[in-house]
Amino acid sequence: MRESSHREFEGTVLEDRVEQIRSSFPILSRAVHEHPLVYLDNAASSQKPDVVIDRISRYYREQHSNVHRGVHALSQEATDAYEEARDTVCEFIGADDRSEIIFTKGTTDAINLVAFSYAGRMLEEGDEIVLTQMEHHSNIVPWQLACEISGAIIKVVPVEEDGSLNYEEYEKSLSERTRLVAVTHVSNSLGTVNPVKRMISDAHGLDIPVLIDGAQAVSHMPVNVCELDADFYCFSGHKMYGPTGIGVLYGKQELLNRMPPYQGGGDMIESVSFEGSSFNSLPHKFEAGTPNIAGAIGLAAAMDFIRETGFDFITDHETRLLHHAHEKLQAFDRLRIIGTAPEKISVVSFLLGDSHPYDVATLLDRLGIAVRSGHHCTQPVMARYGIPGTVRASFALYNTIDEIDVLAEGLERAEGILF
Amino acid sequence: MCSPKDWNAQKGFYFEKLTAAHEISTVSQDIVDEFAFFEDWLDRYEHLIDLGRELPILDDAFRTNEYRIRGCQAQVWLHPSRINGLVYFTADSDAMITKGLIALLIRVLDGRTGDEIMNADLSFLDAIGMKEHLSPTRKNGLDAMIKQIKLYALALSSQANQS
Repeated sequence: MRESSHREFEGTVLEDRVEQIRSSFPILSRAVHEHPLVYLDNAASSQKPDVVIDRISRYYREQHSNVHRGVHALSQEATDAYEEARDTVCEFIGADDRSEIIFTKGTTDAINLVAFSYAGRMLEEGDEIVLTQMEHHSNIVPWQLACEISGAIIKVVPVEEDGSLNYEEYEKSLSERTRLVAVTHVSNSLGTVNPVKRMISDAHGLDIPVLIDGAQAVSHMPVNVCELDADFYCFSGHKMYGPTGIGVLYGKQELLNRMPPYQGGGDMIESVSFEGSSFNSLPHKFEAGTPNIAGAIGLAAAMDFIRETGFDFITDHETRLLHHAHEKLQAFDRLRIIGTAPEKISVVSFLLGDSHPYDVATLLDRLGIAVRSGHHCTQPVMARYGIPGTVRASFALYNTIDEIDVLAEGLERAEGILF
Repeated sequence: MCSPKDWNAQKGFYFEKLTAAHEISTVSQDIVDEFAFFEDWLDRYEHLIDLGRELPILDDAFRTNEYRIRGCQAQVWLHPSRINGLVYFTADSDAMITKGLIALLIRVLDGRTGDEIMNADLSFLDAIGMKEHLSPTRKNGLDAMIKQIKLYALALSSQANQS
């Protein structure tokens, strides 16, 4: 009894905290189709708090100029803010050195950078890249392109029925020809959290570097690239309450130094002549052209916001949301959850009987509930389950238990119409 | 306003009216009036889905890649035929909402000349609030299906003109 009232008390405190957080996300107070917005498409992109919006606005209103170029005051201020953002990222993911933080357009851009850089100099015919069946297309297609260029081949680690990785097959897939393992930290369509620390350690046993796609992880759990010993770690700003068009490639210095530049242009060179050019040092070697300055500064503001909110609260609250969602959805006889791995966060993918995800998502939309339908850019894992796609509800720190109840009510109505 | 159940009781009246007046504009207006019965959006969708359920079943012989219109999310199969210079369609989709919209399109465009189809005004879909489903970004195959219907109509009417 005491335990239960203690839990209730904790629940109330959490609810109050969530309400307070929600009030700092202006978009969450809007209506959609005359219903209060219930935003459950956070795995696609999360919403932005005032602190991020205001920081970007302040940058353009007061500080904007090009970076790394001018001697004038504004250029210096913009450069300082941009480089401080790099420090914030470095600290946020526990990297050793700020030169290991490359700003990119997003996760896709970061993976492409590594893939094309590798294809140019570090892959040979017959070399192997190890991927998993649950990768997002952006962690598949760049490697296919790199393999076309270099003659390397891709090996795929299968996924078990519950959405976990088949670890035995992973171990078997590593060989002396493996040049890189590229694996998602958290699956965007199943929610599975992969045992990346162990995977990295096993790959390192054979001197194989590992790239982690962290797009679905960084806003939900503390990530420390040094503790993981990841060689590359990629993520996007817009899935972690930051702006679109900005992301990060973390790479170990030693590897980044060996890799040839991905794009040429301003800022990434030391000197240029028609006889040849020499390249700037890290991180600038990989940041050709004027970067997304406002994006980087906005991302840093988002990281400050997450840090101030605290991962203790975030993981507690989001775990509660996930459990509640599983409980509510499992009450539907004809509902099938795709992805029930023991280690799972923030995503519930499901099918309602034999109904099409498009129909379910369209009906929910009319009730103001934003979910995603389709293959979620993970066609291989959908094929593994023999389904064209799922309906996906994905959570963020501002979602509430009530919103999950609204989702369940919406599903009841959709079920009544579709069956 | 009424529920889909009330609508079912009245639809006999509407279908009678339908057969009496066969102009595209009249059929379209009938659809607009019909949907105006439903105030609640989900009732509108329920009605649309019911219309899709009444669509004649597409012969399995046409449920093949040849007749398939690839949408990213929903698939559509469309089989056109020409009888006495008029174009007829049978079609299906794996998504019920898309199938309902197909039923509406067939109701408006079936049994018409190629020229009529090519010049058909489909703004009734906008008037009943379903225009969003036509956007190519919805990737439900409907936008591609309308393009395909118009292409068939064009091909058939140019054949007719040649002969």
